[in-house]
Amino acid sequence: MLALVSPALLVIGLLIVLPVGWLAWQSIYHDGFTLEHYRRILTEEIYWRSFALTFEISLFATVIALLLGYPVAYAANAAQKGWGIFILALVVLPFWTSVLVRAYAWLALLQRTGVINQFLRYLDVIDTPLALVHNTFGTVVATVHILLPFMVLPLYAAMQKIPRDLMQAGASLGANPAHAFFRIFLPLSLPGALAGSTMVFVLCLGFYITPELLGGGRTVMVSMLVSRNVELYNQFGAASAVAVVLLVSVLLIFFIASRFISLDRVLGQK
Amino acid sequence: MKTFSPARMALIAACSLVLVFLILPVLIIVPISFSGARFLTFPPPSLSLRWYQQYFSNPAWMQATQVTLIVAAFTVLIATPLGVAAAYAISQSKLRIMRVIHMALLLPLVVPIIITAVGIFFVYARVGLVATLPGLVLANVMLGLPYVVISVLAGLQSFDPAQEMVARSLGMNRLRSFFVVTLPQIKSSVVAGGIFAFISAMDETIVALFISGGRYQPLTKRMFTALRDEIDPTIAAISTLMTAASLMLVLLASGRQRRNA
Repeated sequence: MLALVSPALLVIGLLIVLPVGWLAWQSIYHDGFTLEHYRRILTEEIYWRSFALTFEISLFATVIALLLGYPVAYAANAAQKGWGIFILALVVLPFWTSVLVRAYAWLALLQRTGVINQFLRYLDVIDTPLALVHNTFGTVVATVHILLPFMVLPLYAAMQKIPRDLMQAGASLGANPAHAFFRIFLPLSLPGALAGSTMVFVLCLGFYITPELLGGGRTVMVSMLVSRNVELYNQFGAASAVAVVLLVSVLLIFFIASRFISLDRVLGQK
Repeated sequence: MKTFSPARMALIAACSLVLVFLILPVLIIVPISFSGARFLTFPPPSLSLRWYQQYFSNPAWMQATQVTLIVAAFTVLIATPLGVAAAYAISQSKLRIMRVIHMALLLPLVVPIIITAVGIFFVYARVGLVATLPGLVLANVMLGLPYVVISVLAGLQSFDPAQEMVARSLGMNRLRSFFVVTLPQIKSSVVAGGIFAFISAMDETIVALFISGGRYQPLTKRMFTALRDEIDPTIAAISTLMTAASLMLVLLASGRQRRNA
């Protein structure tokens, strides 16, 4: 049986374990051991600011995705079967379109001469076009759009597991619907919310295409820091150190989340 | 939940708004792609196929499309057997280490893609695989493996391994009993896994940004560079075609999976 997994393991080993190990090594070794690259992350403003911005955007995107995703998952769960499947199909549809395609779509919608600005001007709501893109706002909107399915699916899965009798039992004991929702349904759906939030937060930490295309160069997320250090400045050590810190953050979040929920549940989704 | 209570109306409204937010951007590229205007105006002042013409008559876009299709095809041909073998081993073996191996095979989904991309770039630079077709294929095989493994493992869950035992007790060897008894029953999830690997290879952008170059640049890399410079409606045409292709493949794959379940 080990012989059967070894080709797959070899590919994974050569193309992800080895490269990541190499990065880790490069981040501390350059003609001798050095912690210089890590010191720079802590002391140089551009580095720690980028980390702070990335965590801020990720947190923001996660909260928005949770607020938007919860009602959708709830409706899909509460609706009759056909409607529930229809709602889920609409959720999964954009999930399967290229991230680049969606970046293009958001550029077309949000730019100065974009669909939304033209529409608002046509309605005479605004005189000058709003700056909706090439900034943090555009980045967050497109990010939430891409990550929302990762929130809805685990939420829906968790809600499906809640026995419907429980709400009826609550009602028969005198709880009004709102009361029953907050005391019974909401707490039982929290594992799904945690699984979804973990996934969205972690994916957002590593986002690259969306901030690169919609951020307009000012929203420098950590991934862009990595790529710029490689492509523009040839600073492989610095890029490696940033990559290592990013990876450790991601693994740490997964580890913490796994203490509360089953990790299979988070990973099995995509 | 039979009556239209205010809470229910609010729920329906909220859900509809979010669904519009999810779907509208995907749909908006379709009318833009058929626009006759040089610059983005909405609604399009006139309809035309000029952006599709531009795409099909541009050698650079065609070359990139060819690279994408070749890479995706080879990715499927390699990733599918590797993933099926691995998933089979994981589901049949009782070794403790298989759990760790299972997690290891899902690593491409866990490690932020930019890190993978830069790491592969460093390794490829050493062995001369940058800007080559095999290099692109190999990277996409790695990225596609988790999809095959997940899909096939799901298929194997509903398969009773006792059947294979019966076949073997009747004199088939292990390999033959797998191909004759097991494979036909999990065929749908194998095909679905292969399709997901194809879509993943077709859409992959970030690794390609780092390791592809020269003649061997996939569509996504050229689109990315074009998008950074200007919003050319040719990309709307390409996007529409890509989305249509992805969705058709997904429908095919999910139809397959359902039949299997």
